[in-house]
Amino acid sequence: MDIIEPLVKIVFIFLITLTTVAYLVLVERRVSAFIQNRIGPNRVGPAGLLQPVADIVKLFLKEDIVPKAANKFVHSLAPLISLVVAMTTFAVIPFGNSIHLFGRDIKLMIADVNVGILYILALSSLGVYGITLSGWSSNNKYSLLGGLRSSAQMISYELSMGLSIIGVLMIAGTLRLDKIVESQAQGMWYFWRTPISFITFVIASFAETNRLPFDLPEAEPELVGGYHTEYSGMKFGLFFLAEYANMITASAIIVTLYLGGWQLPFVGHIGLPDLAVSLLQIAAFGVKVGLVLLFFIVIRWTIPRFRYDQLMNIGWKVMLPLALANILITGVALLW
Amino acid sequence: MTLLASLELFDIIFYFFAFVTIVSAAVVVFSRNIVHSAFSLMFTFFGVAALYVMLNADFIAVTQVLVYVGGILVLLLFGVMLTTKVISVEMKTGTLQTLPASILVAVLAGTLCGIFWITDWLTPVARNAELPATTSSGIGRALMTTYLLPFEVASVVLLVAMLGAAMIARRERKR
Repeated sequence: MDIIEPLVKIVFIFLITLTTVAYLVLVERRVSAFIQNRIGPNRVGPAGLLQPVADIVKLFLKEDIVPKAANKFVHSLAPLISLVVAMTTFAVIPFGNSIHLFGRDIKLMIADVNVGILYILALSSLGVYGITLSGWSSNNKYSLLGGLRSSAQMISYELSMGLSIIGVLMIAGTLRLDKIVESQAQGMWYFWRTPISFITFVIASFAETNRLPFDLPEAEPELVGGYHTEYSGMKFGLFFLAEYANMITASAIIVTLYLGGWQLPFVGHIGLPDLAVSLLQIAAFGVKVGLVLLFFIVIRWTIPRFRYDQLMNIGWKVMLPLALANILITGVALLW
Repeated sequence: MTLLASLELFDIIFYFFAFVTIVSAAVVVFSRNIVHSAFSLMFTFFGVAALYVMLNADFIAVTQVLVYVGGILVLLLFGVMLTTKVISVEMKTGTLQTLPASILVAVLAGTLCGIFWITDWLTPVARNAELPATTSSGIGRALMTTYLLPFEVASVVLLVAMLGAAMIARRERKR
């Protein structure tokens, strides 16, 4: 019996994430069209709602080309690594408090890990493999340069990401994500309690997900496509999927750490039935993640790309000192 | 079949990860191709992390992945790939200085075995105690009190190594 519950949760989250990815691409195209004063895809289905289906079918039907000089095994392995890393991070994120269904209390997270935050950091540090290996195995200059840039970028920003979380950990006093969410009850979100930590973490998340203004690994004017230049068909689709899955995961982490997770102020006091409260909390989590995702998309279409040296300067000379200063400030404030 | 039946699931998983760790470690050492060695090292690190998980050492396991797989190995692969692809130097591993190496290995192995036998292992079974729910607070306390000096010395050693690496890299560029 005990194995069914996690399995159901895994399938549930898997389906939700995949559907969200498909529609996130559509939302991104529509939002970018809106920002650029265009209309965007609106032909397939009502208001373009079936566009993702058409895209997926197209990706599956395309020819899968592997370059002759490529290392075939690694070339196929790299997109899988990217996707697996992006999806498994979700295992420790609490997307709701607990729900009472079929006579049992179900905790709304797949794996209740003691060191949840470290698990997230460890997995996101593995994401660099997919990109580096794809760049290396393609045997193409542009791919290799894209892969190398990405590794340098991810290693640099991982550091400030890890350090900026410490502020939250010091206040919460735990590495468990569910406890961190619980400590943000009644609107005491870490977003206002540690603003510097929030800002550095969000910027580092942008860099970790390779989104604009940090998408140097795939800068089209200089690198053609970057690390996925030599990929086609569904393998390219997997990278695409991984990028958007990474965005969802990053948003979910931001919401969990800084925006109160599934907490919805005042909802516990109205006197709603427990099931309704649980569902509202899940909905609150979904809405928060959606808003952060929208923020990701709007940023992409409004801010230009950094130059490579600027990127490194920000990472090492601005972000790192800020994250360190935040630890000091939080420590002093806690002692007060 | 009787052998399989007598093994519990825990044991099977343990032997699987132990096997993966040892075999991939052997590939790291014996492979002639340095890229294969570097890749194989990833499986070794993961295997060790899995063994830590089986020992209920959650913090150490995650830190193992975070530091070794996510940090050190990425840099290693970086170096290996750059030297083989960009400068196109054929990197092969070979055997040289067999005698000093075997003496060193013998001394190291002897020391490890000695420590293994001497140490009074404080396993929960031996202490008749419960496993702690989380290990991170205990590790933090130990590092900040009992083992503060070794901890700080290790960080200074790392800093010195980093400075040395930066010095060497700088000097190359000037020529």
